[in-house]
Order: sequence, then structure tokens, then C-alpha cells
Amino acid sequence: MDWVEFLLIVARVVATFVLLLVVTVLNVWMERKIVADMQSRVGPDRAGPWGILQTVADGLKLFFKEQITPKKAELGMYLLAPFLAVIPAFLLFTVVPWGEPITIAGRVIPLQGTDLNIGVLFILAMSSMAVYAVVLAGWSSGSKYPLIGGVRATAQAISYEAAMGLAIVSVVMYSATATGGAGTLSLAELVERQAGTMADVLPSLPVWLVGWVPRWNLIPQFVAFVIFLIAAIAETNRAPFDLVEAEQEIVGGFHTEYSGMRFAMFFLAEYVNIFSMSAIAATLFLGGWNGPTFESLLPGWISAILPTFWLLAKTYVIIFIFFWVRATMPRLRYDQLMTLGWKRLIPAALGWLVLSTFVIGIRQFGLPWA
Amino acid sequence: MGALNEIIKGLRVTGRQMFGPRVTVKYPDEFRQKPQRFHGRHVLNRYPDGMEKCIGCELCAGACPAKCIYVRGADNPVDEPVSPGERFGFVYEINMLRCIFCALCVEACPTEAITMTHLFEMSTTNRADGIYTKDELLMDRSGAVPQMFPGDPYSDDSELTVADGWLRATAPGGLAAYEGIKAWQGTPGRGDWSPEPDQETTDL
Repeated sequence: MDWVEFLLIVARVVATFVLLLVVTVLNVWMERKIVADMQSRVGPDRAGPWGILQTVADGLKLFFKEQITPKKAELGMYLLAPFLAVIPAFLLFTVVPWGEPITIAGRVIPLQGTDLNIGVLFILAMSSMAVYAVVLAGWSSGSKYPLIGGVRATAQAISYEAAMGLAIVSVVMYSATATGGAGTLSLAELVERQAGTMADVLPSLPVWLVGWVPRWNLIPQFVAFVIFLIAAIAETNRAPFDLVEAEQEIVGGFHTEYSGMRFAMFFLAEYVNIFSMSAIAATLFLGGWNGPTFESLLPGWISAILPTFWLLAKTYVIIFIFFWVRATMPRLRYDQLMTLGWKRLIPAALGWLVLSTFVIGIRQFGLPWA
Repeated sequence: MGALNEIIKGLRVTGRQMFGPRVTVKYPDEFRQKPQRFHGRHVLNRYPDGMEKCIGCELCAGACPAKCIYVRGADNPVDEPVSPGERFGFVYEINMLRCIFCALCVEACPTEAITMTHLFEMSTTNRADGIYTKDELLMDRSGAVPQMFPGDPYSDDSELTVADGWLRATAPGGLAAYEGIKAWQGTPGRGDWSPEPDQETTDL
């Protein structure tokens, strides 16, 4: 590794970090605006044009606020928990490729934090790490409501992680068929396998029927997509699965005792998680950065940034679904949450996994009796 | 599948609302049209010739269920009367922290001296400021109602409603132009009440 490579890595890390912070600022504002629209309100409109700087103002305010520490808090864990929330949230996004690898002066620069060959496993690991922050914050606050929120978080994370993992497994298995069997857990690889159109997958069908349909995993794996989306909403503790911070029942849940910048870090982590989860959903199911780049029509630099644009556009479609669902659904009761997780989603994910296994197997090896 | 159907129904409702009208009035920038009989803060009116209508009878104080009005009457000075009658309101205080804006004082007033405006911005940082004295309640000779924060960009002068337009007796202390005239005229300010059948209008 020479120094140029080192600088490139630093640049990529900084770019990812900055991207996440900027989109978080925008997302918080966007959520408030969209939810306000859906409730016939105006939403924030004072700070900056259309209130776009509202999050910056809120962030500054939180930055200068007093940070109260409860007397009964377990100080070490109490101080550590906000960092435990933020770090996995940022790490989660590092494996997501946010553009086509570009070549400058003979050097291939992947637009990605890092291309892990176990990217999918890393995602599952990091999204599970997030729950530690919630549980530890709840426990270390030395207060009853945070504790209840933290305990809820454990049960919720365990139930929905299983469904999410199973949904991802069927996607990974399906994408292995693209190369005739060799599977991959690298997200960059998974994106590349979604390039092209459905005509590549279904050569028996006429081109006019399938030639314009992108070869996204969304179409063959639609059930997995729905399961993944529901599990992703639950994993990020968003409404209607926000039992962890259910205001009407347990004040603020795990962050009741947090104030000032410590609270802001939980808030930041939540929104970074939403963005990362949506980006992962876009990568796994909507073809990531794949999309038309119009190289013959547009100047080169526009074609070069179009893949990033496509990823962001797809990500924001999913983020919009997050906000839409939040504005629509009332919170689930705790037993309904458990029922949905264990009795609906996991069996559905398992059934879908078995079904797609059979289909993939038959397509690859033919019928067992033939 | 039934549940899924319900979810989609719900999403359609919120999706439709996104493009619907907004109910918010952006208050400091725009004001809401208030009903004509809105109970805002009080004002002590004057006759168009500049005389005070209040005769210091204390009926408003007696009618007040919250006991928030304090009035003391005094005899009019002979050479410089304040009101057309014998007496005038020498002290007039309303404790707005106690007032329930029922307008029973307005009902009780025999000369329509006290009426209610559309002004509603009455927040103070100090309990003593919640007690409005005659300085704050009495309209000036041009008909403008004194405001707690004059020139406040967030207040809207069109919130001021008219009192009534009774022109009755004139006293030697009033404007000379009104001497001997017995007619209807709207009190200074915004008003669209028409005269009583047996009255003429005059524009002075």
C-alpha cells in the first residue's frame, strides 16, 4: 500500500462520514416536512428556505444544552452508550457501494467505504450491535422507564433480526444463480450481479416483454423485500415498531435520562441507521447504483455521478416509505409485535426461503426425477 | 391479507392528505379572521367629540364574576369635564390575569363605555403588567386603542374592532365642532354599523 492508496482510503472514509451527516440533517427535516404534509400542517419553515436548516438549529441548540447525569446512573456505561449507538450506525454504511468504481490514472477507486467479502454478514452484525447501545443506555440510566425500553429493545431485535437474516439469505442464494452457483456476500458484487435486464434471466420470454425490466432482485424476491423492509423498520426502532421509545407509555424510553449532545447522538444514530438500512435495501433489492448513465448523450462527468444519483434516488424512495408508514400506522402493542415477528414474519421468511431454494435448484439442476 | 388491505387503505389516506390543503395559519405573519363578536381585551370608549363614555357607575365591577374590575368614580370638574354626565371613571383597572373574558361588564355598562376588541396578545413577563390601568384601556382621542407593545411588528392593528357609534350629549369639554349636533357617527376606527332609524349621519 503506497501513500496515494492510503490517502484515497482516508478520502473515502471522510466522504462517507460527511455524506451520512449531510443526509441526516436533510432526512430529519424531510421527515418533519413529510409527516406535516400528511397531517395537513406546514412543518418547520422558519430556519432557512422552507425550514431546511431546522436540523442545524436543533443540533446547535442540543450542543449547547446542559448534559444532565442522573444520580443513580452507572456512569461508565451511561457515558459509553451514545457512542455505542453512533459507531455501528456509521460502520453499517461503510460496506454499501455508493457508485460505480471509477478509474483515475490507472487506479481503480471503488466508491465504497470498504468492500468486505463478508459485507452482508457485517451488516447483520452491525445492525445487531445497535441494540446494545439501547439496552445499555436503558440499564445504566438507573431509572425505570429507560429500563423497560431497553428490555423491550432486546426482545424486539432478536425477533426481527431472524426474519431479516432469512430474507437476506434468499436474496444471496438467488444472486448466486447469476454466475451459475458461486455465491457472494460482498455488496459490490451483489450490485454488479443486478446489472442488465430480466431478459438475461428469462431468455425464453420475448425481449419486448422483459427487455426493459431491470434485473433487480426486487422482482424475483419481492416477498423477501417486503419482509426485509418490515424487519428494517423494526430494527431501526421506527414507528410503528418504536416500542423502545414509546412516548405515551414510557416517557422517552431508553433515552429518557439523556439530554444535550448525548441525546443528540442517539438521534443521529437513529437517522443514520434509517439511511443505511434504506441504502442496504436499495443495494440488495433495487440494483444499488445500477441505472442508465446515458454515456453517449451527456457529458462525461454527469455520467460519472449518475450511479451515485441512482443509488440516492432509490434510497430516498425507501426512506419515503419509512416516513409514510410512520405517519400512518399506530404503534403496535407488545404482544402484537411478538406475534408479527415470530408467528408471521419468520415463518413467511422460512417458507419463502424453502420455495426459492426449490425454484433455484430446479432451474439449475433440473427436476430431481428427470 | 385483511390486515395488509387495511394498511394499504391507511397509507392511501395519508398519501391523499399530502396534497390536500393546510390548516395552519402562520400566525405572526398572517392573522386569522376573527368572528365579529370575538372576546378580546377591553377598551374604554370615547364619544366622537372626545369625551369619555365612562361615568364611573361601577356596574361593570358589580357584574364581573371574576371580580377583576376596580372602578372609582369622581365628580366631573365643572370647567373641564371628562365625560358628558355628572361623574366620570376616575380609576379604572382590570386585572387581565383574572379576567375570564365573559363580557358581562360590556352587558352591564349603561353607556357602552367598555367594549371588547379583537386584541388578544396580552402575554407579559411580569404579573404587575397583567393589571391594565386606564392608561392602557382608554382609547385616545383619535380612536386608537393603546397597545401594550406599540409598534410590535407581530401585532396587527386591524385586530382592533370598533366600539359602537353612539353620539349623545356633548359637553363643554368636547370638541367645539360637535356643539349642538345630535346625530350618529361611527366612533373613530373601523366600523360599519348603520344608524338607528331616527338618526342622521354626519361626517365630522
